[in-house]
Amino acid sequence: MYDGRRTGGQADEVNRNQAGIDGARISESHGLRDRGPRGADARTRLLILVLIASAYLLIVFFWGLFMDPEMYATRFADKFLPPGFAHPFGTDFTGRDMFFRSVKGLSTSLVIGAIASAISSVIGLVFGIASAVIGGKFDKFILWCIDCCMGLPHLVLLILISFMLGRGAFGVMAGVALTHWPELTRIVRAEVLQLRSAQYVIASYRMGMSKFRVAKSHIVPHVLPVYLVGLVLLFPHAIMHEASITFLGFGLPPESPAIGVILAESMKHIATGKWWLALFPGLMLLVAVLLFDLIGENLKRLLNPTSGNE
Amino acid sequence: MRLEAHHLDFRYPKTDKWILKDVSLTVGAGERLALVGPSGSGKSTLSALLSGCLAADAGTVLWDGKPLPVKGYCPVQLIRQHPELSVNPRRKMGKILCESWTPDKALLEKMGIEERWMTRWPAELSGGELQRFCIARVLGPRTKFLICDEISTMLDVITQAQIWRLILDVTVQNGLGLIVVTHNPALAKRVCDRAIDLTDINAARP
Repeated sequence: MYDGRRTGGQADEVNRNQAGIDGARISESHGLRDRGPRGADARTRLLILVLIASAYLLIVFFWGLFMDPEMYATRFADKFLPPGFAHPFGTDFTGRDMFFRSVKGLSTSLVIGAIASAISSVIGLVFGIASAVIGGKFDKFILWCIDCCMGLPHLVLLILISFMLGRGAFGVMAGVALTHWPELTRIVRAEVLQLRSAQYVIASYRMGMSKFRVAKSHIVPHVLPVYLVGLVLLFPHAIMHEASITFLGFGLPPESPAIGVILAESMKHIATGKWWLALFPGLMLLVAVLLFDLIGENLKRLLNPTSGNE
Repeated sequence: MRLEAHHLDFRYPKTDKWILKDVSLTVGAGERLALVGPSGSGKSTLSALLSGCLAADAGTVLWDGKPLPVKGYCPVQLIRQHPELSVNPRRKMGKILCESWTPDKALLEKMGIEERWMTRWPAELSGGELQRFCIARVLGPRTKFLICDEISTMLDVITQAQIWRLILDVTVQNGLGLIVVTHNPALAKRVCDRAIDLTDINAARP
């Protein structure tokens, strides 16, 4: 990416020299930086990367969602089989196939992560905009809530909420949803505050634009990319936290196929050399989290106008 | 139709220092006034107040005997010093240009605005190129008074001459009043009928 930009810059410089001092031609060579063939490649590469990552996550999500429970049913005859052709990730102490269990578990995590981060981001968006637009005491109150939420250790608050709401999928979801909004609220609030006093927004009002038109053409295009990137980057947090409180026993019930449960169970057997029980599900979780992070970071780059055309 | 300012006071929020104190000013229709003064004397602040971009702490700005409209198109339009702050970095130039009216091709040609710039983002144009868009977008028929706050400092002298000639043409043609904020005495002399030093009419001394 960076390399491509640099080469483009050099080509631009050469063109500039060839064009001499003729003003029109200088500004023409100026355009090369934006639409150079290498720049277009970099953008396409990024898009393909994002598509592959999304495809992997979607496949895991739907595969797990519609999976026949028979695939990871107990078969005591096959217990503790190491990874092989029949069972790529091995089997556990009741003979359940770890591959299908991991896919199902990750899918459950993705569902919880999706719902929790969707709720969380909507809270963040509403609070952020309201805080910036209403201002005054309401703004102070929201800021105080943010400080309270961020001041407490994340995991402690999560466990508390999940435990109070009776654990299970609902408790975990509520816990994750109610603890992840402060960062996004702060970002959205700052963005809207800055926009409200931006010269081009004031100029737009003076040119007779209504509040609705200003919101549509100036505020939303700025807040939406921030929101989308925030939403995608919330995913890995949500999934990790879901897995970690389930691992600690405050989350999903032990019989459900969840990555946290699988990892917690595997701890009992890891000392006896059953390494595959922890390694593969752990890797799958890690890959999913890293992919979400990659999508988020690349979206940030694609949606930013200063790097969007590179 | 006159632009009048009566006893304007202004200070920026959360500061004690008055930028403007008891500033009064009248500019008639079709009159061209140069507003001069050292840096920091409040020229840009006064420009923003006169165009309704800022609200004064005390005093009134009257256009045609009435306060400036809060909603709808403001007949007094301001062109600012920093074009890169005056355009939305996430809009394409074509949309920025046509925010309040659609300039015709002849005007764009005279301004030196090229057709292929329309599909670019503001980050892909220079300050001088952006400023031409900022000027062209407020030269519409609903503008009755123009305030130019150091609008040509980022342009080369030839383009400056070209743009000022065009602005003068439009002001004469549409009968616009004009306030030019500038540090350039030659420009003030060439474009304007009279000049006011802001430090002479401002009771708040920097």
